[in-house]
Amino acid sequence: MKMKIKNGKLSPYTKNSIISYGIVIIAFVVVTVLNSMGAVSSSLQGQLVPICAYIIMAVSLNLVVGISGELSLGHAGFMSAGAFMGIVVSGMLESSGLPDGVRLAAAVICGAILAGILGFLIGIPVLRLRGDYLAIVTLAFGEIIKNIMNIVYAGVDSNGFHLRTNPDLGLEESGRMLLNGPMGATAVQRISTFTAGFILVLITLFIVQNIMNSRQGRAIMACRDNRIAAESIGLNVMRYKLMAFTVSAALAGMGGALFGLNYSTLLPIKFNFNTSVLILVFVVLGGLGNIWGSIIAATVLTILPEALRQFADYRMLAYAIVLILVMIFTYSPKIKMFTQGLREKVFKGKNKTPEPETEGGV
Amino acid sequence: MSIKMKNDEVIQNTVYDVYENYDESKSTVDEIILPERDKDKTPILEIKGLGIDFGGLTAVDEFTLSIGRTEIAGIIGPNGAGKTTIFNLLTKVYQPTRGTFLFDGVDTAGMTTTQISKMGIARTFQNIRLFDKLTVEENVKAAMHEEVNYGLFSGIFHGPKYRRQEKAAHEKALELLSIFDMQDMADYQASSLPYGAQRRLEIVRALATDPKVLLLDEPAAGMNPSETAELMNNIRKIRDTFGIAIILIEHDMSLVMNVCEGIAVLNFGRIIAKGNPEEIQNNPAVIEAYLGKKKEAK
Amino acid sequence: MIFLTNLINGLSLGSVYAIIALGYTMVYGISKMLNFAHGDVIMVGAYISFCATSYLNLPAWVSVILAMIVCTALGILIEGLAYRPLRGTGSLAVLITAIGVSYFLQNAALIIWGSAPKVFTSVFSGFGSSISLFGGELTVTWEALFTLVAAIIIMIGMTLFTGRTKVGKAMRAVSEDNGAAQLMGINVNSTISMTFAIGSALAAIAGVLLCSSYPALMPTTGAMPGIKAFTAAVFGGIGSIPGAMLGGILIGVIEIFGRAYISSELSDAIVFGVLIIVLLVKPTGLLGKKITEKV
Repeated sequence: MKMKIKNGKLSPYTKNSIISYGIVIIAFVVVTVLNSMGAVSSSLQGQLVPICAYIIMAVSLNLVVGISGELSLGHAGFMSAGAFMGIVVSGMLESSGLPDGVRLAAAVICGAILAGILGFLIGIPVLRLRGDYLAIVTLAFGEIIKNIMNIVYAGVDSNGFHLRTNPDLGLEESGRMLLNGPMGATAVQRISTFTAGFILVLITLFIVQNIMNSRQGRAIMACRDNRIAAESIGLNVMRYKLMAFTVSAALAGMGGALFGLNYSTLLPIKFNFNTSVLILVFVVLGGLGNIWGSIIAATVLTILPEALRQFADYRMLAYAIVLILVMIFTYSPKIKMFTQGLREKVFKGKNKTPEPETEGGV
Repeated sequence: MSIKMKNDEVIQNTVYDVYENYDESKSTVDEIILPERDKDKTPILEIKGLGIDFGGLTAVDEFTLSIGRTEIAGIIGPNGAGKTTIFNLLTKVYQPTRGTFLFDGVDTAGMTTTQISKMGIARTFQNIRLFDKLTVEENVKAAMHEEVNYGLFSGIFHGPKYRRQEKAAHEKALELLSIFDMQDMADYQASSLPYGAQRRLEIVRALATDPKVLLLDEPAAGMNPSETAELMNNIRKIRDTFGIAIILIEHDMSLVMNVCEGIAVLNFGRIIAKGNPEEIQNNPAVIEAYLGKKKEAK
Repeated sequence: MIFLTNLINGLSLGSVYAIIALGYTMVYGISKMLNFAHGDVIMVGAYISFCATSYLNLPAWVSVILAMIVCTALGILIEGLAYRPLRGTGSLAVLITAIGVSYFLQNAALIIWGSAPKVFTSVFSGFGSSISLFGGELTVTWEALFTLVAAIIIMIGMTLFTGRTKVGKAMRAVSEDNGAAQLMGINVNSTISMTFAIGSALAAIAGVLLCSSYPALMPTTGAMPGIKAFTAAVFGGIGSIPGAMLGGILIGVIEIFGRAYISSELSDAIVFGVLIIVLLVKPTGLLGKKITEKV
């Protein structure tokens, strides 16, 4: 990592990047060490890869919602495309004798490419819309992808690859069904590993954070902050919005492939509106545009329902209440004022809180 | 401004005198009001009969004006006269209903805001439009397309081209900010700047696009007299340093009369007078537009 | 004749969507928030009606009124507790809170009523199963007929209410300009509460009507109709009451026809596909207002 030092201080991008990489690397080392000591519970072990996948999903969605400023409610659609593409690619290479790592890499790359192409194609019409209308159309596309996955049947035999919209693939005896319509993928070889997830998270962070600190990132954020001013300085708003959307979709495809190859069976319905919303919750709770916030939110909120398991049926109820309370306590103007007042009282004399920066009087 | 007369008697006299000697043909002049030094060159902007209707309401009509390559021109007029609409037409935020304009001899019909900016027209906004969450330096760097043009691949991998161009952009941004002594604010978030500095940052950002024409929409709004005086010097300095044309909309008459070489006066979407500051100050149509019609004068 | 049957079924389903969409659109209009919990209020309404008839043996019409009362209270409570503290903080924070409320309602229902589907007895079962027309060639269920009639009555009622009554006018004023309405002496808080109350009461009716036609009642029953109705509201132009009606009916008809003539698996995809095409042609929906940004 080349660090940029300005006036003896790290630029905010570099600082935030270091925090993100730091969190991920430290978490990986700690979990690996604990795991070798046998101190990681089996339920947590099972969640390591999904956590990595959800971090990738959250960071990539943050590129659209936080950095580009467009509300997307269909992110799970790209995850779905990546997951099933990954499963197909991995399934086709199963007999090739390639090592698992190479097969996973191929699956992840193909998943990312498919999702990226979908993101690009969907982005062209979607990004012409604004605000909540854009949100509902992303929701619609997410649902359409889910619906289409429900009628896709794919299989492989010695004649090669078969793809149909009905179960009658005419496979040979030795052939294998890869995708089975609404039944999804079954008997998937689980080749995703925590280490692979860790590497993919680092790749995602590298791509998203470097884009943020580049000409493209500035342009994307400029279009978010003020569309008209961005056009007035010659930025092609559509182009940069599409760039963010496509990169985000490709990364989601990558996360999807990682996620899909972690389970022996996977239903298309897994990637429904609720999953899109779940990823959005990670992004909003972690903070819009805050990458390490997304990492922490995705991790905590993936572990939380498991940690609340002892409350049985009440755990999702508790989850809902926690979610509502966190939103109110984070965003409510009244509570913000109250806590600020409290802080001033507590720290009076000791540590004066900095004056809010002047908005500039007219 | 001398239109603001001390008492009614003077107004009557002035209006009466000028009205008598007023040359009708001059009010719709197509002639180019160019400063001496631009006389032998083609104008940078030739606006020909530009007009726009908003649902039956004519906001601007028959707007014809030429701007010299290094001219400082002013557009004045009462509130709602259509001044900002003209800027929106020149930057294609609105497409004109009628007429067109040539930029450096090229017809701009059908162009988009982005294309206009790339050709070399930059602007500021009456209600400030900065990239609030970006830093001051990023606001300026976002506007540089010439210096910073590496592709997405370089943007992701931060290769040598990225480093070279980013370094150049950083230096140029500080240089441009130094016009207004703002280089120390480079790392501040744009929205945290005081109002006057935000207005100045908009000008710097516009300059970063390497424009040939700079449109300033009420640059002195909200500034105190000393800030305005400084701005006046800076406008001239910018013109002289960059050798560009500047058109400004302004209500501060001292600024307009001092800094502009040519002035167009707009009322109800039409040009009612064109000329140098002196001519404008004595133009009866202008006086009428600002002070209302004096019936007894006629 | 099959065509006619499908059309009637489509209109009936569309009427349910339209009634739900009304709630979405009114809430969006007044507080500019996407209330994703609205679909789950439908589910609560249906459960209340179910309990009243099955456990308390109350007559059907009483159960509907009870469901409306409970949902109205629920709507006011949700708005006051979860959304009001976040007013004016941007739509995303409220959106996530609404999702939290949606999770809450679904999981509370799961705890109270369990995950096994309840078989909802149609509130119109007293009328017999269906009406036969044209010598038995065309059968129309009482549910479909009453759903249509209910939607028409609600639409006329809502149009009169927002157009003629003081409260209705206050609602329109608050949707138009919150701050200006406040300056004119309108109590914004109570107006917004009122909107949620009406929207939730309509949701209760929609829940009962929906489950009368499609009797499997589960904690997630409201989710998909909620999304469809939201789609319908956007389709018609969110914020517009006639738009919600039109959008709802069209979505219902498209869904039933898609299922009957194209593919039952792809009927949702067809609905969403049509929505996308409409929005690309008319970016603010069929009856939505064009938004222009002042420069």
